[in-house]
Amino acid sequence: MAEKFDAIVVGAGPSGNAAAYTMAKAGLKVLQLERGEYPGSKNVQGAILYSDALEKIIPDFRDDAPLERHIIEQRMWVLDDESYIGTHYRSDEFNKPPYNRYTIIRAQFDKWFSEKVQEAGAMLICETTVSDLLMDGKRVIGVQTDRLGGSIYADIVILADGVNSLLATKAGFHPELEPKNVALAVKEIHFMPQETVEARFNVNGDAGVVIEMAGKITKGMMGTGFLYTNKESLTIGVGCMLSDLKQQKISPYQLLEEMKAHPSIAPILEGGEMKEYTAHLIPEGGYKAIPELCGDGWMIVGDSGMFVNAMHREGSNLAMTTGCFAAETVIELAAEQKPFTAKNLARYREKLNESFVIKDLKKYKNMPDVFHANPQFFTTYPEMLNQAAHKMLRVDGIDKKTKEKQIMANFKQRRSLFGLMGDAYKLWRAFE
Amino acid sequence: MHIVVCIKQVPDSAQIRVHPVTNTIMRQGVPAIVNPYDLFSLEEALRLKDKHGGRVTVISMGPPQAEGALKKCIAFGADAAILVTDRAFAGADTLATSFALASAIQQIEKDMKVDMVFAGKQTIDGDTAQVGPGIAKRLDMQLLTYVSQIDALDLEKGEIQVRRRAEGGVQVLQTKLPCLITMLEGTNEMRFATMENMFRAARYPVNFWNKDTAGIEDVSKIGLKGSPTLVSKVFAPQPSTKPAEIIDTESHEPRDIALTLISKLFTQHPKLCDGIVKQAA
Amino acid sequence: MSEATTPAATPAKKPAGRGNFELDERLKAYKGVWVFIEHERGEVHPVSWELLGEGRKLADKLGVELSGVVMGPPGLPTRRFCEEAFFHGADNCYLIEDTVLANYRNESFTKGLTDLVNAYQPEILLLGATTQGRDLAGSVATTLQTGLTADCTELNIDPDNRGLAATRPTFGGSLLCTIITKNYRPQMATIRPRVMAMPDRDGNRTGRIIEHPLGLIETNIITKVLEYIADENQDKPQLPFADIIIAGGRGMKKPENFQLIWNLAQVLGAEVGATRPVVQAGWVDAERQVGQSGKTVRPKLYIAAGISGAIQHRVGMEGSDVIIAINNDPNAAIFDFATYGIVGNAMTILPALTETFKQQLAVARVAS
Ligand SMILES: Cc1cc2nc3c(=O)[nH]c(=O)nc-3n(C[C@H](O)[C@H](O)[C@H](O)COP(=O)(O)OP(=O)(O)OC[C@H]3O[C@@H](n4cnc5c(N)ncnc54)[C@H](O)[C@@H]3O)c2cc1C
Ligand SMILES: Cc1cc2nc3c(=O)[nH]c(=O)nc-3n(C[C@H](O)[C@H](O)[C@H](O)COP(=O)(O)OP(=O)(O)OC[C@H]3O[C@@H](n4cnc5c(N)ncnc54)[C@H](O)[C@@H]3O)c2cc1C
Ligand SMILES: Nc1ncnc2c1ncn2[C@@H]1O[C@H](COP(=O)(O)O)[C@@H](O)[C@H]1O
Repeated sequence: MAEKFDAIVVGAGPSGNAAAYTMAKAGLKVLQLERGEYPGSKNVQGAILYSDALEKIIPDFRDDAPLERHIIEQRMWVLDDESYIGTHYRSDEFNKPPYNRYTIIRAQFDKWFSEKVQEAGAMLICETTVSDLLMDGKRVIGVQTDRLGGSIYADIVILADGVNSLLATKAGFHPELEPKNVALAVKEIHFMPQETVEARFNVNGDAGVVIEMAGKITKGMMGTGFLYTNKESLTIGVGCMLSDLKQQKISPYQLLEEMKAHPSIAPILEGGEMKEYTAHLIPEGGYKAIPELCGDGWMIVGDSGMFVNAMHREGSNLAMTTGCFAAETVIELAAEQKPFTAKNLARYREKLNESFVIKDLKKYKNMPDVFHANPQFFTTYPEMLNQAAHKMLRVDGIDKKTKEKQIMANFKQRRSLFGLMGDAYKLWRAFE
Repeated sequence: MHIVVCIKQVPDSAQIRVHPVTNTIMRQGVPAIVNPYDLFSLEEALRLKDKHGGRVTVISMGPPQAEGALKKCIAFGADAAILVTDRAFAGADTLATSFALASAIQQIEKDMKVDMVFAGKQTIDGDTAQVGPGIAKRLDMQLLTYVSQIDALDLEKGEIQVRRRAEGGVQVLQTKLPCLITMLEGTNEMRFATMENMFRAARYPVNFWNKDTAGIEDVSKIGLKGSPTLVSKVFAPQPSTKPAEIIDTESHEPRDIALTLISKLFTQHPKLCDGIVKQAA
Repeated sequence: MSEATTPAATPAKKPAGRGNFELDERLKAYKGVWVFIEHERGEVHPVSWELLGEGRKLADKLGVELSGVVMGPPGLPTRRFCEEAFFHGADNCYLIEDTVLANYRNESFTKGLTDLVNAYQPEILLLGATTQGRDLAGSVATTLQTGLTADCTELNIDPDNRGLAATRPTFGGSLLCTIITKNYRPQMATIRPRVMAMPDRDGNRTGRIIEHPLGLIETNIITKVLEYIADENQDKPQLPFADIIIAGGRGMKKPENFQLIWNLAQVLGAEVGATRPVVQAGWVDAERQVGQSGKTVRPKLYIAAGISGAIQHRVGMEGSDVIIAINNDPNAAIFDFATYGIVGNAMTILPALTETFKQQLAVARVAS
């Protein structure tokens, strides 16, 4: 006796939870399937939570969500082997509620979100992997799980199964992931007492700091590093394009080890106890890599739809927003008693087009290509910038004018003036 | 046939960390699991049910969150689940725990006679291996611990034959029902729950019992009051006062390092080295 | 509740809460330290002697007598166990001889031990944390309605109240806790084999045997032992009693590299041990795991290669006389408690050690 639901959501990450929550709240009979032991058990994120997307779904999330620290200061570091040059922006504006960004620990956050989903009335079944989509011709009519008697039917299936959506690929909705479109990120959580975290970052209460890093830590590969403050721990990680890692035969773990040993980073971590080590893919193909997003009886949301803004390290917010749009589409069509055909579900795509999701991704659509074709952004420039800063700051009897000249000469020697201008132009175009 | 299986929800000890400064346990984020040893007992009970028919009831004493562990047992195929939960149980040691569980099992018995009780060999948080034997004594059941195999079960005669792990071998024991069995780890493998049972578990309303429903009148026998033992302190293992003598390895060949070490051994521990020479001979 | 539970010594008045308490008058009659002498197939489990060694210390601190408890079939072997108990430090031996005690069974042994406790009232009762000891301890403690602390790693007497302070690992071994038994007697504890040191045997010691009847006949015992199948696999690793152990950890990186451990073990006639990750990866049998969830060992020499020295491993091997640690991380915890440390690559140090030992041993053999 197979079960039948209004909707099945595959995956209990932010996108799946947003979708299941929204549909269950609207009274639909929703089943959510998650392969992990519990929601969040397998999920990895930096992790910064952007309030806006979640607020739209659960307005009072701040009451009980497990939030670590709200961010009042953002640092951008460009690292050389021994130094970094960077900017810090800190504002007390960020220290006034309602806060705009928080650090979170995904295992806890996902669990909390999932409890909300279940309170809203959705049924969650964990430790169950969806192995196939059940099809009637071109129409998806349910899912097949890895358990005995595992066929379950639904009017609509929402694929929220994350970056490596084997399901969508298997069903032919989605081309296989290309290494040039995904980054592999590794991260660790280092535990340290709250007082130490606060002293090292000059914050108190629940305030926190994020450091985004670029430069030689990625050995010329396209990628970035990050360091976030949690309540009683620090999260540190680094990610690079899978294609680069493959080509250079560098393990991301090795990168992280070297990054942790960097003289500007090591003292921050000192004395911490490593608590967790995880690796995860990030879809960074951007706008051009977005697959088909819906068809007869199915929709794709979150990472499995390539909804990540790599430039701004936004992912979970896009995941929640896309999950929410997909759910709203389902709710609307159900109310209008319209079938979930590809044509009707195209409304989901329209919602996306009108929102920041597609607009932002479009804006950076050339970014991946530019960085790919120009590794100097990750090698030569960090070095030059750091050397320049070093020269300017070192008091050694040489006058500043001469120093400036030397710096310019060095710039030109390392990369022709033409090259420099060209790079600036490329970047500008990519951002445009 | 009616089997009661005692299970406990425990923190996954592999993921427990101790705060390096305050030495307190960081439970935050540590997933709760069904005590792994209990699963061998549950699986064995389910196998008996598959073969002989009947009912398997799982029972746990613990905080309300332990509901999750019981639902997991339903997914594996248990028929009913009871969570004995009451503030009055807080602080129970094994004696008080076995009292509460034994009382609850007697209440279960009112509904359907209990032929066997299964408990885990031990828990991974308490590690005492005492609650099972305690329940058996209180219910006056025959106790079969460390069972590696159930050879035969004759419900008609009310007889069971098992193999029990002893230190240097295996005892083949025969006894009468009712009995309490704790299974040895690794003796079977928990089945993979069917989809149907996953749904049943998701919808199953676990029975919540308090001390009254569990038939407990004498509150001096439960919780902290009913516990003869008391944790007087919890502390981190003392770092050794004498760190190792580090053999200088700076710019030495492995061979030289080995020589340095061995000559140190031979001069500083002559007795040990005599032993080595003898043993190697 | 069942009739089987006959409380031995529950307090007349309510026990005091946490903190200090005055021992109930009736419980002050409980005196002496007892060790249950466990045997199987005509042999005493060595843990019993280890516990007599530890029990001796406790008894001396308390200024009381130490006694062994022997239960077995009538005849020479059983009597000899009593004698051996004296050799290992016991002042007395409580003896129950009965044919129904030929094999260990929970029912008959629980009755015997419970009766002895009720009749002679010891303040402390220690048992080995073996399949037999734990089976029996749990039943006896419940029948006597007293406190039992399992798997202790350290026993002490609290000078303030003469109570037993039993220390054991908790929370997966990351912490230790000390447990006391408030106003109940006897105070019971189980201790794993090899945690306590083996006392010296003194063949000249004697003691007093106190005989007691069992009062149980075979027809009244429900559980029957049909057969005993001794483990045939006698070449199973005997880690707990090995004199030399070469152990490898995850730092050995690959199962192939583990051969380096075996090579050194062979030259030294040693046993091979391992950490849990190594066992879990299937490089060696579970029998070889040393540590909290594996075996406790006390060899004369323990060589640890590629082992970080996590507390759960440490508790299983820190009783070793000499510990040599090879680890390429100078900050590895194992250097905190090893005797000698080599900061270096195990893959190069181990073969060098093997070679050098081989040569040295050859020299030594010629010399002797
Ligand atoms: C190192 C790192 C740092 C990041 N930092 C940030 C950040 O700071 N801020 C930010 O907003 N974003 C960040 N991201 C991105 C963000 O984590 C993702 O965009 C977000 O998690 C996507 O959510 P999702 O629900 O689509 O997918 P996921 O969170 O990956 O969830 C997918 C779920 O589906 C389940 N699943 C998969 N396949 C199946 C199947 N076949 N059957 C059943 N279940 C299945 C998985 O177990 C998983 O729970 C980061 C990512 C990484 C890797
Ligand atoms: C409830 C519980 C029970 C447990 N029970 C046990 C138990 O009984 N026994 C047990 O062992 N563990 C047990 N553990 C696991 C324990 O916590 C540790 O994880 C384990 O002991 C670590 O094993 P390891 O030292 O081999 O590995 P790691 O901790 O990974 O250490 C490997 C070491 O090798 C070193 N190394 C790397 N390369 C080289 C090289 N080339 N040369 C030399 N050194 C090198 C590294 O510096 C590192 O120190 C238990 C854990 C829990 C939670
Ligand atoms: N709170 C509890 N609820 C149910 N069963 C328990 C509980 N505590 C212990 N048990 C059972 O007794 C066994 C031994 O536990 P322990 O004596 O704590 O090692 C466990 O494996 C369980 O089967």
